[in-house]
Amino acid sequence: MMLQIQGIRKTFGGLIALNDVNLEIDYGEIVGLIGPNGAGKTTLFNIINGVYSPDEGKILFQGQDVTAKAPYRMSKLGLARTFQIVRPLSELSVLRNVMAGSCFGREDRPISEAADIAMETLAFVGLADRADALAGTLNVAQKKRLELARSLAARPHLLLLDEVLAGLNPTEITNMVETIREIRHKGVTILMIEHVMRALMNVSDRVTVLDYGEVIARGTPDEVSNDPRVIEAYLGDPKVAESLGSKA
Amino acid sequence: MAKLEVQDISSGYGEQQVLWDVSLSLEPGKLTSLVGSNGAGKTTLLRTTVGALNAWTGSVHLDGREITSVPAHRRPELGMVLVPEGRQLFSSMSVQENLEMGATNSRARSRIDDNLERVFEMFPRLKERRSQAAGTMSGGEQQMLAVARGIMAQPEVLMIDELSLGLAPMLAVNLFEKLLALKNLGLTMLLVEQNVQLALKISDYAYVLREGRVFIDGPAEEVAANQEVRTAYLGV
Repeated sequence: MMLQIQGIRKTFGGLIALNDVNLEIDYGEIVGLIGPNGAGKTTLFNIINGVYSPDEGKILFQGQDVTAKAPYRMSKLGLARTFQIVRPLSELSVLRNVMAGSCFGREDRPISEAADIAMETLAFVGLADRADALAGTLNVAQKKRLELARSLAARPHLLLLDEVLAGLNPTEITNMVETIREIRHKGVTILMIEHVMRALMNVSDRVTVLDYGEVIARGTPDEVSNDPRVIEAYLGDPKVAESLGSKA
Repeated sequence: MAKLEVQDISSGYGEQQVLWDVSLSLEPGKLTSLVGSNGAGKTTLLRTTVGALNAWTGSVHLDGREITSVPAHRRPELGMVLVPEGRQLFSSMSVQENLEMGATNSRARSRIDDNLERVFEMFPRLKERRSQAAGTMSGGEQQMLAVARGIMAQPEVLMIDELSLGLAPMLAVNLFEKLLALKNLGLTMLLVEQNVQLALKISDYAYVLREGRVFIDGPAEEVAANQEVRTAYLGV
């Protein structure tokens, strides 16, 4: 298994953000992680890559217990992530942003080699012609691609994508989905959080659904989107609506 | 004639487009709801409609009069009132002071006593707590106050963003019943709501947004029976 999430619990004060979350991801899979606002998706990412330590439970990465290992150590082991709110180093060139990803990644490349890797990664994501531009001058879609390039330059085994499709127009979404497929084709396993459902359901092999910090469903995109608990989590409980008298 | 007519609105933030050619129409005295998944553009549409965000293209007409370029702070004067997401109360001020802050436009100022009486009758809890600081009340009570503050502005069109968000189901149902009471008084309302089942139960008409466009619209019963609504949320 690429990743095993076992019995994770995380609380913030009185709030139970995650409760007994279990999830396994096999080599080469694309797994979607969905759930309404506040379900705990990003918190789970933060636990996988060591930003938070869980109150209970374990994270195994390629069989090794990595629970609460610092993010930079996770990066060296081959875990990379993108962030929902992209924060490039705006005053540095696009190339240098991606070089930073390479220098602190799994292969621990010296800066002399990082430029080549960064260039290659930029070509892959379609940003090669903007390599010398300041990162701050990119448009939204390009910034999303830069975020992706920065994580890929770390040469990860497992990539966590946090809403890489948010804010993209339909054409850009189609292109980004194609890029995600190509990343998997290169042998990278992917766990992605996404609210753009059509695209997520289209690209994922399996989907896990969180609601109020608990896994309420898992399965193929078809199974999950027909699951009554999932429909209720997204559309509301029909019984509550029933308790409201008729509108007349 | 429609009370409020939003035509072909495109809008967004900075260079990021969120809405593409969205149109909606509110019939007078009807409750219309606007639903759709996270990021579908619901709040952006409300913000554009009330003028808090500039429309890139398209127009907004209230009672047949174009108000697209009327600044947001002038619109309550015309009867357009928003109850914003997250309530945005003045939390260190008392309940009554919050209510009075709702009544700053000239149409509302002259009716402040009548309207206070009206909202206290509608929400007796607020009357009991009129001297209490707004921020010390429960979430449900704060949401009541937010709606009541909107009513204090003497709206012609009341727009409510995420009425039930974060509320226990029974509190949500209770607030929804108040909306029905307002409807019976003839108020035109637009409700943005994450609980689709509840919204469709009480609305006359509904719009489902998906990825910044109107995906489905129709009488609420028809939308409720439409299996495609699930697609707007779950993709398949």
